[in-house]
Amino acid sequence: MTGATTSMTLGSHFTYFITIFLMVAGLFIVISRPNLIKKLIGLGIFQTSVYLLYIAPAKLIGGTAPILSNAFTVYSNPLPHVLILTAIVVGVATLALGLALVVRIREAYDTIEEDDILARDSNAEDNGNAT
Amino acid sequence: MNLAPHLPALQVVVPLIAAPLTVLLRQRSVAFAVALVASWLALAISLLLWWQVANTGIISYAIGSWPAPWGIEYRIDRLNSFILVLVAGIAALVLPFSRASIESEVAAQQHYLFYTMFVLCLAGLLGIAITGDAFNIFVFLEVSSLSAYVLIALGRDRRALFAAYQYLLMGSIGATFLVIGIGLLYLMTGTLNLADMGQRLASVQGTRPVLAALAFITVGVSLKLALFPLHQWLPNAYTFAPSAVSAFLAATATKVAVYVLLRFYFTVFGESAVFARLPMQQMMLLLALAGMFAASTIAIFQTDLKRLFAYSSVAQIGYIILGLSFNSVSGLTASIVHLFNHGVTKGAIFMLLGCVALGVGGTSLTRVQGLGKRMPLASFGMVIGGLSLMGVPGTAGFISKWYLLLAALEQGQWWLVFMIALSSLLAAVYVWRFVEAAYLREPHQNTTNVAPTPWLMSVPTAILVLAIVYFGLDTSFTMGTASEAAAALIGGSR
Repeated sequence: MTGATTSMTLGSHFTYFITIFLMVAGLFIVISRPNLIKKLIGLGIFQTSVYLLYIAPAKLIGGTAPILSNAFTVYSNPLPHVLILTAIVVGVATLALGLALVVRIREAYDTIEEDDILARDSNAEDNGNAT
Repeated sequence: MNLAPHLPALQVVVPLIAAPLTVLLRQRSVAFAVALVASWLALAISLLLWWQVANTGIISYAIGSWPAPWGIEYRIDRLNSFILVLVAGIAALVLPFSRASIESEVAAQQHYLFYTMFVLCLAGLLGIAITGDAFNIFVFLEVSSLSAYVLIALGRDRRALFAAYQYLLMGSIGATFLVIGIGLLYLMTGTLNLADMGQRLASVQGTRPVLAALAFITVGVSLKLALFPLHQWLPNAYTFAPSAVSAFLAATATKVAVYVLLRFYFTVFGESAVFARLPMQQMMLLLALAGMFAASTIAIFQTDLKRLFAYSSVAQIGYIILGLSFNSVSGLTASIVHLFNHGVTKGAIFMLLGCVALGVGGTSLTRVQGLGKRMPLASFGMVIGGLSLMGVPGTAGFISKWYLLLAALEQGQWWLVFMIALSSLLAAVYVWRFVEAAYLREPHQNTTNVAPTPWLMSVPTAILVLAIVYFGLDTSFTMGTASEAAAALIGGSR
């Protein structure tokens, strides 16, 4: 592959590179961070990358909303935008519920570090006073 | 007004409307009544739909009169009418059970919200099963999942919170993987209607985005259906959730996810594409076997019955996936029948555990010592459920295992027959642990008095236990529907 075609590929696939980077970064945060809030942040980044996956191919440069008029000939596909509007709502609901759970976990355990929570539970089991 | 043509929409709309109603009414007995009516109506509608499909064939319903493939289509064939009956049936039995069961497990001021979440979860699960639109599946999946997380977090043990949080993380990752897969398919086909997508995929079959979509959807849905080794969220979630929630989710949530996998594999991708270009058959076979053995082995060493049977669920999912991996009509029939029979069996077992938890104050193996004397009916029911898990003739579990064995023989895989028998033996070991504690041990000293089981709990539980035996003897409903559904999936109704 010559340098020119490589840069062409890079250019035309630019949004995909960003998407995949965000996707993997988000997933990595979820897996590697023990802090429950940071995990939710990672989950948010992961979900946001999918919005980009849908929106980027649907957007044409110079395209407008699909308006029935002779003045406009280049349209962006509105359907992915609508789908992602739904996905954003779902994402917000998930994040809200996740944060609410973290609040309750902090009340019950007095910590939001995964390792501490697991340690406290196994201590409680060892002492035989787990409810 | 004639409501009959709108039954497909009502199937989802009735529980969906009931959910905000229960919030607004607040009174917990009124909320219970609303939820109960909604779940029984849902069952009636699902039976009517099943009957209609059996007689007149596939029903297609255009939401808002927007014709498919532009609008959202509800499409009901043999397979999903069967799933709808399972989900609505279990919900209609678990809901009356839950009224007495949550009395001791959930704070009284949260009861009406429990019913809200329950009918919302029901609406989501029914929606996944009924819809013919890929993105709609994701939306309903999240509706059912978000309400399931809340239901699990209602458990009185603080570990329920962390279990719900972990399920939320894993579930959201799974759902997002599914959306990525659907997005790639949409990019390649320009449609979201499942049947339409299946037709258009034929021209782009084997391209890299389609294979990537297959991988993403497989992983995403496998997380949801708790395929070994993606089952990490399941044991804690089922153990610490309130009993009624464990019963409902164990019987329906993972089963609906299996349905989604079947739908994508056979209606959208088509079996030739799934199994020809990637070594899916071998992979599924391997994961199914690993699940059957690893999860059963872990189950043997559990000290809490709820956790024991949660691991058993992971193992039973293995049987369902094993049938799928054969890629034959008989294998799929076995999968679909097992999906139903295992749903009924696990629902009954977790409801019985709810009765036991109420009666003797817990479900650990030390608590249930001498249960055979103190709660003879409940322990007898547990034994029937256990026999069904092992696959003893006369129970529902036998039917599905028998057809799974036949399907394995049809493949000429003798060693698989041996493996299925061996893993049933593991099931016998963990069921024996309960039998030993319940019948051969003397009752624990400090738990002498047994709380009586309210009839609202015992009657639905008894119905489901009897259903285990009934579906083990009369297979016309289960086998009839499943074999036709499997033939339609493989035969290319697309």
